Amino acid sequence: MLEVSGLIKRFGGFTAVSNVSFQVGQGEILGLIGPNGSGKSTIFNLLSGTLAPTGGSIRFQGHEIGGLPPYRIINQGIGRTFQIPRPFKRLSLFENVALAGYYGQGQPSRAKAFEAAERALTMVGLPTDRDAGIGGLGAAGLKKLELAKALATQPKLLLADESLGGLDETEMDQAADMLRRIRAELGITIIWVEHIMGVLMRVVDRVMVLDHGEMIAEGLPAEVSADPRVIEVYLGTDADAVQAAAVRV
Amino acid sequence: MTNRVLPWIVGAVLIALPFVYSAPYPMHLMVVVLIWSFAYTSWSVMGRFGLVSLGHGGFFGVGAYSTALLWNYYHLSPFLGIPIAMVLAVTLAIVVTYPCSRFRITGHYFALVTLALSAIVQQVATASRNITGGSLGYTPERAQGGGHILAFQFTDKLTWYFIALGVWAVGLFVRWRVDHSMIAYALEAIAEDEDAAGAAGVNVTSEKLKITALSAAMTAFAGGMYCQYQMFISPDTVSGINVSLQMVFAAVVGGIYVLPGPTVGAIITILLAEGLRIFFGTGALGWDNLVYGTLLVLFIIFLPQGLVGAAWTRLTGARRTA
Ligand SMILES: Nc1ncnc2c1ncn2[C@@H]1O[C@H](COP(=O)(O)OP(=O)(O)O)[C@@H](O)[C@H]1O
Ligand SMILES: [Mg+2]
Repeated sequence: MLEVSGLIKRFGGFTAVSNVSFQVGQGEILGLIGPNGSGKSTIFNLLSGTLAPTGGSIRFQGHEIGGLPPYRIINQGIGRTFQIPRPFKRLSLFENVALAGYYGQGQPSRAKAFEAAERALTMVGLPTDRDAGIGGLGAAGLKKLELAKALATQPKLLLADESLGGLDETEMDQAADMLRRIRAELGITIIWVEHIMGVLMRVVDRVMVLDHGEMIAEGLPAEVSADPRVIEVYLGTDADAVQAAAVRV
Repeated sequence: MTNRVLPWIVGAVLIALPFVYSAPYPMHLMVVVLIWSFAYTSWSVMGRFGLVSLGHGGFFGVGAYSTALLWNYYHLSPFLGIPIAMVLAVTLAIVVTYPCSRFRITGHYFALVTLALSAIVQQVATASRNITGGSLGYTPERAQGGGHILAFQFTDKLTWYFIALGVWAVGLFVRWRVDHSMIAYALEAIAEDEDAAGAAGVNVTSEKLKITALSAAMTAFAGGMYCQYQMFISPDTVSGINVSLQMVFAAVVGGIYVLPGPTVGAIITILLAEGLRIFFGTGALGWDNLVYGTLLVLFIIFLPQGLVGAAWTRLTGARRTA
């Protein structure tokens, strides 16, 4: 459903994403891992239209979407979460999600937008009452809100950026479970970015590894975590995570 | 409860008022206050979302001058002239706002770019002496005979009072509708974080253009109406930086987040200007600007919600309603 080929993004002289190609099939959960600064979020920004690619092509369901503005990409069915939650503080919890339900679905009726918002909030386990604010949400709650905003746009493909960041062990497991349920119950294809391997490796069907903007490995979780290049990349930065992943897989 | 009933009571009182008391000077003041209240409300339609425009003096001026010029040169009734003026103002608004949005010129920088717009309109009106009479001002020709309705000219203050009252009420209604529609969510989101708003599916540029176009159109309408009521316009009374600043002063003093805020701002600033004029005579010309400026700074520091906003918060503890 998504075909990325030769994707390049430069910031001035710095190449953040360098000639990256991959495909995602309908119904898949694809993991995208790599150390901090390896270009994972930048790839999401390119896929979601927040940034325009310097080169390469992004085809979604047969249409080229590289360089389109975010609202057009969302209306074609790609939703995303931000690594650092970006809730709208002036809006209530429900309004945050209803906004995404309305504009993310190409401005249907208000009733339809509210319905989508209610479903999304229920899915992630947040309250659906109209008056709840976002002040009381902790790290896990804000991550859920990010997810609810993305789901309310009724995406076919969900880009989840570091859904585990800042969460404790139990919350991590719950978040991973949530992504599984989103695919199972809503049939949404997912690309899941994380800089640590751990929990992610137990959920994804396939995983890609990014280092300094380049794709260095791709395959089944077990293969990838045994790949010497991947171990090398992670040894310097996150050796424990590799071991943990290898043990768990 | 009061929220439901109060507007109807205020409306009834305002409609009944001239039947009880209609001395010419107070009536005149009321009409002027209503016209400017409508203009300030028009400004706040976008200003309340952090889209602080200093170009509205330009839109007001385009409204006033286009209406008068079309009437004098082409004998076009203001019923057509004002809509044309509104279209012109919307075109100007788009020409300025579109690049601002594309190049992410927001906040103070947006205010500065729009400031240039109002300066340019004033310059054009002043410099085109042969056409507009320049800084001496300009007068729409009086209609002869029975053509008064088509000419949109009335000598009767009572007629003007009811016209201005109706227009003001429509202005409040428009802003109320905007505040309670989905675009209000989008604009709040845009004010906070344009990228996140985009990621929620909002077409940031188009939503900004819509609200700016609406606000500019309403302001041009106010300009056209002002021209018809006063039957005299000059570059510095209907356009330019002064008029733009006056709109921001009044709206901020009254409170931009609450519906009646800009109206209360108009009452305060106009009574203040009149008071200064009466007590100090022409010697105090321009003093009102000094007082506005000082007030604005004080309000932004101590009472950013404005008078009505602060009172409202006191009364209800509410945050963003009304
Ligand atoms: N808008 C930007 N302007 C300049 N450099 C950027 C920008 N966004 C990301 N980068 C740089 O690109 C690299 C990759 O960043 P990012 O994609 O956020 O990494 P990751 O999500 O894998 O941690 C980093 O070195 C970062 O500093
Ligand atoms: Mg990142």
